[in-house]
Amino acid sequence: MTIREKVIFEYSQPGRGASDQWPHEVAAAALADLPAPLRRASPPQLPEVGELEAVRHFTRLSQLNFSIDTHFYPLGSCTMKYNPKACNQYAMLPQFLARHPFAPESHGQGFLQCMYELQEMLKEVTGMQGVALSPMAGAHGEFAGVAMIRAYHRARGDLKRNEIIVPEAAHGTNPATATMCGCVVREIPVNAAGDADLEALKGAVGPNTAGIMLTNPSTLGVFERGIEEVARVVHDAGGLLYYDGANLNAILGKVRPGDMGFDVMHMNLHKTFSTPHGGGGPGAGAVGVGARLMPFLPIPIVAREGERYRWLAESDMPQSIGRLSAFMGNAGVLLRAYIYMRLLGRDGMRAVGDYATLNANYLLKRLRDAGFDAAYPERRASHEFIVTLKRQARELGVTAMDFAKRLLDHGFHAPTTYFPLLVPECLLIEPTETESKGVLDEFVTAMSQIQREAEREPERVRTAPHTMPVRRLDDVRAARQLDLTWKPTTTQR
Amino acid sequence: MAFIPHTKADVAAMLAAIGANSIEDLFDEIPAALRAKSLAGVPQALNEMEIGRLMSERAALDGTPLSFLGAGAYEHHIPAAVWAITTRGEFYSAYTPYQAEASQGTLQMIYEFQTMIARLTGMEVANASMYEGASATAEAALMAVRANRKSKSARILVPTTVHPHYRRVAIAMASNQGLRFEELPYCTVEGVTLPASLARYDREDITALLIQQPNFFGRLEDVDALTDWAHEHGALAIAVVNPTALALLKPPGQWGKRGADIAVGEGQPLGVPLSSGGPYFGFMTARMEHVRQMPGRIVGRTLDTEGREGFTLTLQAREQHIRRAKATSNICTNQGLLMTAATIYLSLMGPEGLARTAAASHARSRELVAALTRLPGVRAAFTGAHFHEAVLLLDRPVAPVLKALAARGILGGLDLSPYYPELGPALLVCATETKTAADLEQYRAALGDVMQAARAA
Amino acid sequence: MSNVPPDLKYTKSHEWIRTLPDGTVEIGITDHAQHALGDLVFVEVPEAGRTVKEGEPCAVVESVKAASDVYAPLGGEVTAGNPRLADAPETVNSDPYGEGWLMRMRPAAGALAAAGLLTAADYEKVQEAEGA
Repeated sequence: MTIREKVIFEYSQPGRGASDQWPHEVAAAALADLPAPLRRASPPQLPEVGELEAVRHFTRLSQLNFSIDTHFYPLGSCTMKYNPKACNQYAMLPQFLARHPFAPESHGQGFLQCMYELQEMLKEVTGMQGVALSPMAGAHGEFAGVAMIRAYHRARGDLKRNEIIVPEAAHGTNPATATMCGCVVREIPVNAAGDADLEALKGAVGPNTAGIMLTNPSTLGVFERGIEEVARVVHDAGGLLYYDGANLNAILGKVRPGDMGFDVMHMNLHKTFSTPHGGGGPGAGAVGVGARLMPFLPIPIVAREGERYRWLAESDMPQSIGRLSAFMGNAGVLLRAYIYMRLLGRDGMRAVGDYATLNANYLLKRLRDAGFDAAYPERRASHEFIVTLKRQARELGVTAMDFAKRLLDHGFHAPTTYFPLLVPECLLIEPTETESKGVLDEFVTAMSQIQREAEREPERVRTAPHTMPVRRLDDVRAARQLDLTWKPTTTQR
Repeated sequence: MAFIPHTKADVAAMLAAIGANSIEDLFDEIPAALRAKSLAGVPQALNEMEIGRLMSERAALDGTPLSFLGAGAYEHHIPAAVWAITTRGEFYSAYTPYQAEASQGTLQMIYEFQTMIARLTGMEVANASMYEGASATAEAALMAVRANRKSKSARILVPTTVHPHYRRVAIAMASNQGLRFEELPYCTVEGVTLPASLARYDREDITALLIQQPNFFGRLEDVDALTDWAHEHGALAIAVVNPTALALLKPPGQWGKRGADIAVGEGQPLGVPLSSGGPYFGFMTARMEHVRQMPGRIVGRTLDTEGREGFTLTLQAREQHIRRAKATSNICTNQGLLMTAATIYLSLMGPEGLARTAAASHARSRELVAALTRLPGVRAAFTGAHFHEAVLLLDRPVAPVLKALAARGILGGLDLSPYYPELGPALLVCATETKTAADLEQYRAALGDVMQAARAA
Repeated sequence: MSNVPPDLKYTKSHEWIRTLPDGTVEIGITDHAQHALGDLVFVEVPEAGRTVKEGEPCAVVESVKAASDVYAPLGGEVTAGNPRLADAPETVNSDPYGEGWLMRMRPAAGALAAAGLLTAADYEKVQEAEGA
């Protein structure tokens, strides 16, 4: 029997508190200048608990989670690789933590040098001419990228170009970003082999084309073989190419987006460069550009003048798309990415692409040998691949979601389910390079066991998970009867 | 190779299973011409000892000056337990809670956070965070355009007393969707937006009015009059608030006759270190009637198949992974780890601790202004109450004064001349509960010396 | 195989249209559509008085896994949105052709004829082609 961990408000008792954390009281006179109509009438209803209660509560909550530190987490498109503890420790050195965003450059040469070198290393691994670090997540970086494409066309007087082409398999942030930039989305299909449909692309480009958003390898887990042709078609039509860097882990050190013809890209530092996922962020979505888009990069950017480092801001970059962050983005995350890149170094970077691809191809082969259906069986896996369970759904009435839930009982976080939408009953599996062969073998064993169970006792799989703190949750009830903040019963506060 | 566990034997066995001769074979679908030649621009690897040394040297260059900077990021005491728990691997290395049964820790924590921040702001519903205060403000403007059906103009009124970087971020993020931001002047004597300056918009179609409290100068706005004007003229009222201040000040849910419609702000003061400007987190709260227009993740409480309470992401159909081009925003990753820290911080501080932090910060800033304005050539810019920061006017340019102070290990504040040239040599200074009487005296003495030397020169 | 009442008209995007005695039309989504969406958690219907063009998105139906636009099958003026659906969106699932109607409108002159609506038999073919 699992004892449910109460909501913290249920521990609250009036008068309790972690009093050693509180500043000393000030005299009431010190607040006398605050006008009465602007004062709060009653204190906010925050929990009143002691320090041990709070520590115990949040520690117990943490123990209800799966995480990379505790479980194999093959979430496709998320790159759940090990987050080195050194990155956290050195990013949290006291001087880095205490530095105010408006601290002068005289008191920031250490930090600024790390940022500058990070910009330079990211340029090198992506083949781009300029890098800006301030976008705070992949989607924010996408926004910056598409905004730069629009700014480029506008600066040339090309005001009609407002269409962004997006493959139908694209991540949802791509079309959402296009809309946020005031663009219109044109979708093109993907062919049966998983490559973008070139004929459809030729039909879709024209004088209104601002650009195309692609990722390579694609969301289907395969390399876009026609990428050079795609680049030529879009450039000839006057459009620009945007690279969604979510899958950079597959080609890190092996292929550079700049060399493939991309004009602008974002990187997900919380994927490829191992900054922590944190239960939903913070990320960092640094952007890189080719020469054409350099003037439009978002500010601030770090520049070097001799031995000194300084910020470039509005006056230095008059054509910039502007400021996307009150300060300079997720600085602490950027420090972690910097430390990671220094720990990997030149050879370590190349090894990432190699071993991520080795692990994915090995896992794919073993799963296929175990009887599972690959979505693109004749293709090499990139750093991830898709297995489809539509046969199991049809023959056994057991779905990809059911397999995902049963995997939790086997001590594995499920792969990504139902993305990309194109492939029915899919599992998008990305092992990453930091997992050992032994772990991959255990995963195959678990999947095989679930398959056998689906054949003999399908109901057990359909009602999984059985060993987690909760059973399957009623999503419909959650959306129909919205309970989004805790409310006390009559006896509570 | 760092973090790669494979032995030669592993690699051989894996290649044999795949049926490939070498790892290079696995890249045979990639045209040879595209292969990267070398990464000469990336230095060779350092081991952990070496990087530890390098980072310590770099950190030492930045030092630990005595800081009186505010301007949107505030130095407050952070209890040791906050980051001890937040950096636990189960929080630090967990992903977005898409598989709810494997993420009840994160999901329940978000639910608790939503509850705390809604109560602090006096609003009805909160999301699980945005990137930071500035982008949350931009998203609030976009949300107001969606939510205010009666208004067609997408014109947003923005007092000039709103943080200058927030105004720039709002323009950068929202103008492409047709929003127009119009600035409202402020009174250079009082340092606040005058409700009378709204009169020229009385008959205009305005979608929303932003109100920052305390404003960028630390001054307190007449939030009731501003909120009521918005509602009387068919506009939504968007509050931009400091969360520590809300322990003492009236929360947006109680502004004016009806309360603000949306309230956002920078959550950094709640247990998040300054760290050169990030990662922070933005909070966003609203009236329940607008919940479907709210971007970002939201957690709801529900039941499982055995009637047990549990938590799950809900209202996901608004988000990019389902709604795609028609999503409320493109936001996917947010600032989960920082929200975790804030939830633990608020639990440790509680209402008394937060109120004392706000009160002590207010008291210290008043003492700082009193001490500094006793110096010749330093006076307060505005009359009226300020909260934990204030604007001083010097009798000479601010930048050289700050430089001289920095050379003595003191960061005296923010030079406002680039942002508000009409004020003349203006300096925004801040003191929180972290400053002692000795710290204030150190600043006063240093500033006295610096100004005297400048006069003599 | 889903339910397709023979006396209604249909669109390729899974809306149905019923002509009412007073010359207005009633519009909803088909049984096939509600089944594909799953349990509805929220429905947004247009306000009375709003003018819509044929093909214009005018309502939203939202389940936990999808949110879909409903397109006006013909042009005209909305006379009513179904008030019941604000509190009971599941009515669309349980009674898609009856109590689960989404909106009523007065067609613009000639709009009904111009709309090219499908018969029940045509709509069944559409469903078959989609592999329903």
